[in-house]
Amino acid sequence: MIDIVRAEWTKLRTSPGTLALLVGVIVATVGVSAAASACSGTGCDADLPKLGLTGVQLGQAVVAILGVLVIGHEYGTGMVRVTLTAMPRRLHVLAAKAAVLAAVVAVAAVPAVAGAVAVSQLMLPDHNVVLRPAVGSVLYLVLVALLALGTATAFRSAAAAIGTILAVLYALPIVLAVVTDEEWRDRLRRMGPSTAGLAVQATTADAVTGPWKGLGVLALWALGALLVGAVLLHRRDA
Amino acid sequence: MTAYLRALAAEWTKFRTMRGWVAAVMIAAALIVGLGLLPGLQGSCGKHGPGSECVAPVGPGGEEVTDSLTFVHQALTGDGSVTVRLTGLTGELPGEPGKPRSGLVPWAKAGLIVRGATTQGATYAAVMMTGSHGVRLQYDFVHDVAGRPGGVSADAPRWLRLTRSGDTLTAAESTDGTAWTTVGSARLSGLPATVEAGLFVTSPQHTEEVDVGLGSGAMGGPSHATGVFDRLALAGGWQGDAWKTDVIGAQVEHGGGAGGPGGAPDAPVAGGSVGPAAGRVSGAEREGDTFRLTGSGDLAPSIPGAAGVGVTITSTLVGTFAGLIVVVVLGAVFVTAEYRRGLIRTTFAAAPHRVRLLAAKATVVGGVTFVAGLVAAAVVVSLGQDVLRDNGVYLHPASTATEVRVVVGTAALLAVAAVLALAFGTVLRLGVTAITTAVVVIVMPYVLAMTVLPTAAGQWLLRVSPAAAFALQQASPAYPQVANIYTPANGYFPLAPWAGLAVLAAWAAVAFAAAAVVLRKRDA
Repeated sequence: MIDIVRAEWTKLRTSPGTLALLVGVIVATVGVSAAASACSGTGCDADLPKLGLTGVQLGQAVVAILGVLVIGHEYGTGMVRVTLTAMPRRLHVLAAKAAVLAAVVAVAAVPAVAGAVAVSQLMLPDHNVVLRPAVGSVLYLVLVALLALGTATAFRSAAAAIGTILAVLYALPIVLAVVTDEEWRDRLRRMGPSTAGLAVQATTADAVTGPWKGLGVLALWALGALLVGAVLLHRRDA
Repeated sequence: MTAYLRALAAEWTKFRTMRGWVAAVMIAAALIVGLGLLPGLQGSCGKHGPGSECVAPVGPGGEEVTDSLTFVHQALTGDGSVTVRLTGLTGELPGEPGKPRSGLVPWAKAGLIVRGATTQGATYAAVMMTGSHGVRLQYDFVHDVAGRPGGVSADAPRWLRLTRSGDTLTAAESTDGTAWTTVGSARLSGLPATVEAGLFVTSPQHTEEVDVGLGSGAMGGPSHATGVFDRLALAGGWQGDAWKTDVIGAQVEHGGGAGGPGGAPDAPVAGGSVGPAAGRVSGAEREGDTFRLTGSGDLAPSIPGAAGVGVTITSTLVGTFAGLIVVVVLGAVFVTAEYRRGLIRTTFAAAPHRVRLLAAKATVVGGVTFVAGLVAAAVVVSLGQDVLRDNGVYLHPASTATEVRVVVGTAALLAVAAVLALAFGTVLRLGVTAITTAVVVIVMPYVLAMTVLPTAAGQWLLRVSPAAAFALQQASPAYPQVANIYTPANGYFPLAPWAGLAVLAAWAAVAFAAAAVVLRKRDA
């Protein structure tokens, strides 16, 4: 198993796009957070720690690309057949990919979130640093990466997978914005991966779902995607 | 030209024979229709037997209006004028039940009015002091002429005068009763010989923006205003009857309270409400020569949104952004798939004029998405209206021209976005990067503006990003003289419809030019 992890780490480390994407996570998260923190006036001061972490909304897209590419690129180039010939235990390969991806994303997410908190602290001095939203945001980004990995494994196509992931992450908030039926809105918010997962950023009372419960919903999504991907990877031709 | 047509035929064959791409177009159309027909909105119009149907009064221009005010009047035949001094304008905002706060909404109105009739929607002209917009001449619900700014109090009273001469009403105001300033004049066609004229007070719905979980919502309720008048002077063909008091458009309070970001798609609360929380009650008192009028409601076009009622056909098109994601993926993949498989080298060998090829690709993907978007938008706008009405949601009727613009505009939004994504795909060559760039640049600004961003930041994004083209879907105009929360979530966009499309088209043109340049310079 340790060899498989080392192989996956070497592949990810030496892929030309990886470093750029990790830098992209940090730049996107900090940049959008800074733009959001520049806001002043009504509505801005409602939940300052959450406002300062707005950049996660964009950072998650970059993280999703990385998650998709970890396996999607192998399908695109046919490399996956070499990988599976060298390491025939397919589930171990997927597990190793998940472990390496989670570690790498966590390493990028920590400075990204810390930078966002620092920038919003500079721009909005009257806000206190709260630990839970920041730690939760790092976990959120890791889970989004795993969701993307599972989806790409199931789809065997990077393009279809990234389209689906971005639709899932960004579609639900919009549907919610126009659903005025309270019961349905709450139900959808509790179920959506991004809406439930980002509840971990809220520091004001959120009646719909608790912070860790919301992150748990996203974890279930990621786990479900990885399971579906694992089953399909196990049973299908590469 | 024939070479272009040959390239077009080749690209069309490529597109047509890829099952996944044809399916993607179908899925995009299905998402637009399906999300639009979801029973997301519920209302109470027509749900409680006869009499609960939601009917808004119709103004002289044929538009739906809010017409609720406290009106002290008598008949005037032929020409004449009325002058009055306003010595106070105070108000009351909704607060905790039983504990209204004192305060004046910006568009609270007190002054003189000439109406064709006392029925709702009658033609009118009025000169008034407002809560914080100074003196105004307003007529026939949609017209608003600004006079001098300022407030009114016992120490700084304001004289107002309204003069009828034929079909023309002229408004004037003065701070001392001797030096008069003309505010403006209004021509009311179809004004009867005998009109009802006198004093009025009204005060629109109070709204404030609040943060509710994801995005901002609105809360508020009816407000009341009280105007104190004296030194009433008449000249001309007054009938000499006693002053009569009418509270026009008085209704029992339906809604108010916290509404979602989509507004309150409930029965039209035409204002003039006598809410249980209100300390003041609409009506008029007279002590000697002093009139004290309290009113609630508005004289204004009836519009959707947080401060208004109901929704527009824009609400049926919520699925557009989901269809847009699919279309954007398709546009990017239409070219990156050729790079992935090396087919691009065969394509270039067969058709060496690369820019012509790019144009052919853009025509195919733009044309296909335009047709699919047109069909989907037409279906969802027509069927979606029935679904909303069946659910008891109050839907503002749109003119045929607006419906056509919204439907064609949605199709154009999808088509131009697909071409933009195609250009991204050509420049970036790698499917994943191109798709993500396209989704982040085209779809995400809309998502952020609709949900998490504060209003100002969201409006800025919808001015400069490709998502500005969503302005094509706005069905109801924003009126500066109507206080409302004009946000994208309520169906109001910062740019005019075709200006929004122009922003997207500019993005597409620049990206297409960049794609043409790199395509010519680079190896395949």
